[in-house]
Amino acid sequence: MSEHIVPVRIYIGVFLALMALTALTTAVAFIDLGRWNTVAALAIAVTKMFLVVLFFMHLKYSSGLTQLVLLAGFFWLAIMVTLTLSDELTRWWTQTSGSWSALLPFLLRLF
Amino acid sequence: MADLAAHGVHPPGFAHQFEDMEQQRDAGSLGMWVFLVTEIMFFGGLFASYIIYRALDLRAFETGSRLLDIRFGAANTAVLIGSSLTMALAIRSAQVGKPKSQIIFYLIMTMILGALFLGLKFTFEWRHDYVEHLVPGFGFAYKGPFAHGVELFFCFYFFMTGLHALHMIVGLGILTVLTIMASRGRFTEQYYAPLEISGLYWHFVDIVWIFLFPLLYLIGGRYVLGGN
Repeated sequence: MSEHIVPVRIYIGVFLALMALTALTTAVAFIDLGRWNTVAALAIAVTKMFLVVLFFMHLKYSSGLTQLVLLAGFFWLAIMVTLTLSDELTRWWTQTSGSWSALLPFLLRLF
Repeated sequence: MADLAAHGVHPPGFAHQFEDMEQQRDAGSLGMWVFLVTEIMFFGGLFASYIIYRALDLRAFETGSRLLDIRFGAANTAVLIGSSLTMALAIRSAQVGKPKSQIIFYLIMTMILGALFLGLKFTFEWRHDYVEHLVPGFGFAYKGPFAHGVELFFCFYFFMTGLHALHMIVGLGILTVLTIMASRGRFTEQYYAPLEISGLYWHFVDIVWIFLFPLLYLIGGRYVLGGN
């Protein structure tokens, strides 16, 4: 399965797409989108990551086991970040403001 | 292919505990992916603490981000993406059985681009930060608003880019070994696992930078030109 040979034009295409996304994300940083600047920058970064992982790192052509290993990696990263934030963002919660909407101001501080 | 494993028959690079070359390749890259998952967690700790301190002191982190020169960040992103392309092409050259001179050419191109990245980072960017007194512990003297938080931002900046640069330096060492192996004709259409596995590492380091670039340079409210 790792034998799959990717055509050169796909590598070039992925390279050009990555360059275009880099230019785009740099340009967007100079436009005031409020909170959406962070969302846009990270969405573009995730897109670029997928392009590198799927084509340059051949994950598109790899075995399901290899794909599962990477998925597990991101799952563990999500556990680490989410549980850490669930502590950090709720430290100022009091008995009286214990509703879920009280979390919103803290979440909005993330970006 | 089972006869490959028969006693005494060993094509170049084939280890006899495997059934065939494909199984050997899959096992090798799976092992590398497991290592890369530990690297995700390694960098992930830094990313998680960055997220928290950024949330605690958003204005300071945005101010610090604007003190970085976005041109270096963008140029280095382009350089690293280029090096990922040449790395991928080096592996492909081996896969399709191109002469070793072509593999060596792409490996050296990758090393040149990697060195260019480090050159820009150390001699221009970090030096510029030092001259501007933005290096915590080495004469940090930023006096603007949120000075304390800005110093923390620069701690993160130097730890994250420093750890990334360390990975780049290790990568350059690996590429040197690969170039020597290629010049000795060690890679064939059947056996190119060291290239493939080192390529995974190199692309991973590229991906770390793909995230460091927006986190450090881009999400700091750049549109507030000239003011904080």
